[in-house]
Amino acid sequence: MSSALHIKGVTKRFGTFVANDNITFELQQGEVLALLGENGAGKTTLMNIIFGHYVAEEGSVDVMGKTLQAGDPKAAIEAGIGMVHQHFTLADNLTVIENIMLGSESLWSLTTDKVSACNKVLKMSEDFGLQVSPNAKVSSLSVGEKQRVEILKALYGDAKVLILDEPTAVLTPQESESLFETLRLLVAKGLSIIFISHKLHEILAVSNRVLVLRHGALVDEMQTADADKQRLSSSMVGKDIAQPLAEKLPVGEEIFSLANVSVKSAKASARLDNISLNARRSEILGITGVSGNGQSALADVLCGMLKPDAGEVHFNADRISYFSAASFVDNQIARVPEDRIREGVIGEMSLWENAMSEIYRKISRFGFVDFKKAKQFTNELIEDYDIRCEGIDQEARLLSGGNMQKLILGRVLSQNPDLIIANQPIRGLDVGAIANVHERLLEARRSGACVILITEDLDELLSISDRVAVMCHSKLSAIYNANEISKTQLGSLMSGGSIDNNKPKPKEAVCA
Amino acid sequence: MRLEVRTNVPLWAQGLAPVLAIFISLVLCSLLIIWAGKPVLESYALLVNGALGSSFALSETLTRATPLIFTGLAAAIAFKAKLWNIGGEGQLYVGAVVATVLGSGLVTLHPVLMIPFLVISGALAAGILLLIPTLLKNYLRVDEVVVTLLLNFIVLLFVNYLLEGPIQDPMSMGWPQGRPIIDEGQLMPIMERARLHLGFILALVAAIGCWVFMKFTLWGYEIRSVGLNPQAAKFSGINIHRTLIITALLSGGMAGIAGVSEVAGLKGYLTLDMSPGFGYAGIAVAMLAMLHPLGVIASAIFFAGIYVGADSMSQGMGIPSYIADVMVAVSILMVLISMLLVRYRIIRG
Repeated sequence: MSSALHIKGVTKRFGTFVANDNITFELQQGEVLALLGENGAGKTTLMNIIFGHYVAEEGSVDVMGKTLQAGDPKAAIEAGIGMVHQHFTLADNLTVIENIMLGSESLWSLTTDKVSACNKVLKMSEDFGLQVSPNAKVSSLSVGEKQRVEILKALYGDAKVLILDEPTAVLTPQESESLFETLRLLVAKGLSIIFISHKLHEILAVSNRVLVLRHGALVDEMQTADADKQRLSSSMVGKDIAQPLAEKLPVGEEIFSLANVSVKSAKASARLDNISLNARRSEILGITGVSGNGQSALADVLCGMLKPDAGEVHFNADRISYFSAASFVDNQIARVPEDRIREGVIGEMSLWENAMSEIYRKISRFGFVDFKKAKQFTNELIEDYDIRCEGIDQEARLLSGGNMQKLILGRVLSQNPDLIIANQPIRGLDVGAIANVHERLLEARRSGACVILITEDLDELLSISDRVAVMCHSKLSAIYNANEISKTQLGSLMSGGSIDNNKPKPKEAVCA
Repeated sequence: MRLEVRTNVPLWAQGLAPVLAIFISLVLCSLLIIWAGKPVLESYALLVNGALGSSFALSETLTRATPLIFTGLAAAIAFKAKLWNIGGEGQLYVGAVVATVLGSGLVTLHPVLMIPFLVISGALAAGILLLIPTLLKNYLRVDEVVVTLLLNFIVLLFVNYLLEGPIQDPMSMGWPQGRPIIDEGQLMPIMERARLHLGFILALVAAIGCWVFMKFTLWGYEIRSVGLNPQAAKFSGINIHRTLIITALLSGGMAGIAGVSEVAGLKGYLTLDMSPGFGYAGIAVAMLAMLHPLGVIASAIFFAGIYVGADSMSQGMGIPSYIADVMVAVSILMVLISMLLVRYRIIRG
């Protein structure tokens, strides 16, 4: 085996922060190399250096024995590096084939040879199990299909080294499985793959070798055959993290319910179709689904941000008829927004101004903010919820994701709510922070609160929920007990199937 | 070239940056003076002398700064909520019209009541004027920049009509000028043999009041929240529509008091050329002050000083007084650039 990619002593600093610290490794030809690390460990920075988006202060990147011109994405592409980003880089209003050809055709040629390109793509998609229809508009594709287009686009540019950045973050379990199958076919054809992830079971399933990054440095390397979840997770985090466990609790009384709730909208993803659910004290009700199937609209209704067009919402035996964030706050409903940075905090304001954002009226005096109480409250939150910060006057935007989430959770949980709506509470957090968030939610459950957890992370869903339901096409499935349903069954519910049959087969693709 | 956020900028650098920027802008403007063929240092000496050199010069500068403080506060408050009020000029004239209508004999009270009565009525009317674009923004998502800007012209034409008819001074021999404010309503002078009047004190009080309001009250907190991140503000339960209405009343009110103060303090009667664009200049004043109410005082005095000083410089040296506009514009640009450089560093490649 020869080396496809050789990273030699790469160091990258942002100010005083060292994002990559003297990283050296080789990628062998025909190998799947997994790069494991928490958020902020430096994985994406390293990939951006390889791809030429960043220039490293020290070190170099060799592809197939030749040193790559630093800071030049074009040179990287020509050398055979293909990158599939976490967030897709496709033009929505073009067709699949047009997207694939984009950037590879000559600027000076007026005609494009679509038919031969199309045949090449169809040949590749057959070889590697990447079904797509070349003439479909990208906007009409599912997330999984879009990712296939991204991979095809990289392969079309004759990539020898394929870099996949968190490729399964948006996929159902079935889609992930078929992606892994594709990757196996690709390496069999001699491609080399770098697979970036923080999901341990995927890394164990798909890779040959694992590198672990922590705080910008390479801390561990092992053959996947010698690895197990325990070793990977402790070397990723640097210590052992106890997974919080949901102990069995007696079934609580029902305190919150939706009955036939509907929201009309021109946009399919903002629609809700006749949703009914009930939630009890001392339980976590998990709701999942592929993103864009109405979870956001459901979360908006649950958070008081959206008034449903039809149906009833009951809380503590009262019917909620007035939908506003303020009235939900007054009703002691704790809400954790989906997007921490956009909805959860005001980045340019201090921690204490953010901490008081739901209670500032309660602690005011004659229309004036009670600074003393607000600051005292913030100090208590920092203490109780272990928020790492420079002090209460620090701007909220400077907090890490985990600490920002602690602030948001602390702000609402300290009010002893009966109902907690947590929308994607662990998105983008590292293992330690995830455990922390889960521990807080479980603690609230122990004290008798009802938690509605909306998440796309099936591991999260199954590890802490008591009951689960799936959103698909704006409808909610039946509610199942979490210990009686498998990931595969959830996956088929997520793609619109039922619990005992699998997803319908994709249509045959042809060239027009 | 890319911008990268600086971390840990020391306080002295933040304070020094605008001073340095103004110095650089003076250096740049000296090129114009050289071009005009006049000695630079002497010209600047005349400028500084004309603005600050004597107690009379100082009083003229502060008189000129008075309406700028009010219109600067109007812009600063509205911009804090990201309500882009470009209509300070129109609101100023509405305040002046209301002061003329109520203060030229219709109502007569003891000065202790009369002055607050005129100030509050003018502020209220101007605030209500700004409510029109704000409600259109709230309920129909109409862009407030366009509406506030165009309202300026409507108000000005309306004032033109009023001055030729209903509120025209019968003693003005046909000139388009308003009936004079009665003595009880006049903002009295606060310096002997100078035009500086009570309006300046009101402006200082207003600036301090706005600062306290924005920093310490619930409404101030809501306004700042809505301006910085409306989604987060909405999620935490702040009523954005109501917050913008409060902002509009306060911002429009400040611009309205500028009009009251000019009519009842400086001129005594309303004319169409009463404001040489104080409403628009207020936006620049607020930007230079980085939207800080107390900073508005310094920034307005700086602007006024340049205008007043440039007048005496142009008289003494024969340089066109338009150089004042250039100097003000260049110093704003330089201050904005310095603010950018304080927040970010430029990286090549």
